[in-house]
Amino acid sequence: MGRLSAAIRVLVAAAALLAVSAAPGRAEEGGVTLARPPLPASGQCLEPSETMRRNHMTYLLHQRDETVRGGIRGAKYSLRACIACHAQSVAASADPAKRSVLPFCAACHDYAAVTVDCFSCHTPTTVEPLPVALGSAP
Amino acid sequence: MTGRPDERVDIERRRLLTAAGRGGVALAAGVMLMLVPPPVSVVAAAATAGASNKVRWGLLIDTGKCADGCDVCVSACRTENGWGGSGNLETDPQWIRTVTVKNPNSGSQVSVPVMCQHCAEPPCVDVCPTGASFKRADGIVLVDKHACIGCRYCMMACPYKARSFVHEAVTDQKPYAPRGQGTVEGCTFCVHRLDAGGTPACVEACGASAGGAMMFGDLNDPDSAIAREVTRLVTTRIRADLGLDPGVHYRGI
Amino acid sequence: MAAGKRIVYHEIEGRDGVYYSLLGLLGLVLAGGLAAAWRMEHAGHVITGMSNQIVWGTPHVFAVFLIVAASGALNVASLSSVFGRDIYKPLARLSGVLALALLTGGLAVLVLDLGRPDRLIVAMTHYNFKSIFAWNIFLYTGFVVVVLAYLWAMMERHQAVGRFTGAAGMLAFLWRLVLTTGTGSIFGFLVARQAYDAAIMAPLFIAMSLAFGTALFLLVLAGTCAFAARPLGPALVGRLQRLLGIFVAAVMYLVAIQHLTNLYAPEHRGVEYFILAGGGIYTALFWLGQVGLGGVVPLWLAFHPAARGRLAPALAAAAAAVAGGLAQLYVIIIGGQAFPLLLFPGREVSSSFFDGAIAAYSPSAMEIMLGLAGVALSLSLVAVALRTLPVLALSLADADIDPHCRGPAKAA
Repeated sequence: MGRLSAAIRVLVAAAALLAVSAAPGRAEEGGVTLARPPLPASGQCLEPSETMRRNHMTYLLHQRDETVRGGIRGAKYSLRACIACHAQSVAASADPAKRSVLPFCAACHDYAAVTVDCFSCHTPTTVEPLPVALGSAP
Repeated sequence: MTGRPDERVDIERRRLLTAAGRGGVALAAGVMLMLVPPPVSVVAAAATAGASNKVRWGLLIDTGKCADGCDVCVSACRTENGWGGSGNLETDPQWIRTVTVKNPNSGSQVSVPVMCQHCAEPPCVDVCPTGASFKRADGIVLVDKHACIGCRYCMMACPYKARSFVHEAVTDQKPYAPRGQGTVEGCTFCVHRLDAGGTPACVEACGASAGGAMMFGDLNDPDSAIAREVTRLVTTRIRADLGLDPGVHYRGI
Repeated sequence: MAAGKRIVYHEIEGRDGVYYSLLGLLGLVLAGGLAAAWRMEHAGHVITGMSNQIVWGTPHVFAVFLIVAASGALNVASLSSVFGRDIYKPLARLSGVLALALLTGGLAVLVLDLGRPDRLIVAMTHYNFKSIFAWNIFLYTGFVVVVLAYLWAMMERHQAVGRFTGAAGMLAFLWRLVLTTGTGSIFGFLVARQAYDAAIMAPLFIAMSLAFGTALFLLVLAGTCAFAARPLGPALVGRLQRLLGIFVAAVMYLVAIQHLTNLYAPEHRGVEYFILAGGGIYTALFWLGQVGLGGVVPLWLAFHPAARGRLAPALAAAAAAVAGGLAQLYVIIIGGQAFPLLLFPGREVSSSFFDGAIAAYSPSAMEIMLGLAGVALSLSLVAVALRTLPVLALSLADADIDPHCRGPAKAA
């Protein structure tokens, strides 16, 4: 048996493995404990949790180009809107109205060990109150 | 290992398959994270239309109305955009500054506010390797800090020294003016205010509490105040000889 | 073409103690530079001497020096493959290896100095093709590929590959001309600064690359032959020495033209006075470093009859050319930024942002460590390559490389 047929077998095995493993499934079914960030009491996010968990980076990456380069403001996936809903009170802050979104992001990102680059430039805090309805955040 | 050739081939093949299998498992885990996301519909009913090239934002500064030592525009910009300093003049950013210009022959001097001139042919845009320095459709020259790698070539290229590099970590940024360490920044004509229908902070502050030297508007709109003034009066631009077509006009220099 | 003897190349061997000590020392310098880059990335550039006035500092002096020298170091190989000078053929492999090593060192320094080096992947995937920087990314990485292919053609036993040496050599030669033009154009394209914005920057950088590359090549060649106890004859030394002299003369000529032309126009007299007379450290570096050490000394040591073909004067000339080259780049890069931008010609200006003022700058330890780390990386790569690949010929003595060679031609 030559190297070539061995290589072909390897490729077929790899392709089969990929085909099986690429099927989407809920992580809990695999027995993985998910990080559950605290959610605001005011209800629904823009998308269901599963969708947001998987795609929030794509929405943000797409929207930031439209905002910065195109000047389009107030579109659906605004970072300020995320912060307005998901920011939590900062215990040690001098200003009781000051809320920070860092603990919310960290709840999943620390677990997944993925660096969040946004807040080296964007402030994670807001002093505005929780929005009463979706779309009312700045 | 014995010396028989086919036994050695068997062992080689086994090792190859094992390594490939491990590699395949590693690959599979990564592939799961790269699922094709659903199409993104970003523009909802509440979104603005965005910048248009029918507009060209410009600024007209009458230095005759600038009092000596006045820096209301500088303070307003600093407060609005959150660039302060840590007290080190050499590395602190300066989005706008007042330059004292003295004629050595006559001794006369004038105070000129200088900021990013928002050129129509910006050298900073030409030299940026990633395209982070860009000109928006309405003429505002901005830094897309998501793409800025901090190479500072735009700072080398700008004839007006308009850009600053962020030399230290930044905290407590203004929500509508993100800025961070390791990227380059400069005057944005308060683009966050403009997109909401307002005027830059420096213009507003000058009009409210100083000499009213600054006028802001759409240079492309023949009926706007600034377009009429620029047509009617003799205005100059700094280093007009470079042919960059800046958007900031001056009187009295 | 002279038939010559068959050259045998072999990895350098032996003297493990000295070799590993040298690698260890280079490793320490490299670690120091990496530590400096780590600190800079976390604390910000405020810990360096660079500022909003001097935007590119000592790391860039080293990086540009290494990159420019890399292009010139390949010249020795080009002389044999492109210009048919067979006597340089035994040096061609080392020339290619040194070119790759120097380029890698220079690029490493440049990348580590970025404000956001974690965004290198952005730089590799988003291009603004009006920017010479963007072109340079392709030119530099392409150079690595082309020189690797060239080295492979040179070193491959099978004639099927080896016959492409000429084509690969020509491609590498043309590529490095474009690459060095691109590096000089980084400065030449800047309309804003009085010290740049001149078309002569591109050809000046090509001449500089030839001078610095030949000087570094001589030093590395002599060093490795001494370490590996391989004879190096006066024929090659004399030729390299004379080449160095010619290239240094070319640099001096272009520098003279640049300054004389600038002096002619009143517009540039301010910056010319600054560099040539009133610039303090920059004036000293220009006359003593660039013109003296980088020009007069190598010229004298290269062309003096008593020095011809002798190793000590040749190495002294090379070392002086390297020192002078660093001084020249310091004057160009840092001196060029120290002179203020001219917003209001003919007026005296002052502001809180140092308008109108000569900018102050002193190199910080972080920057020097980072720059030296680039040099250490280059030398480490050369050391490892020589130990693992047959790069250096067993003998470069006159008798072994060309039996017909009568040594360097006597002066007329």
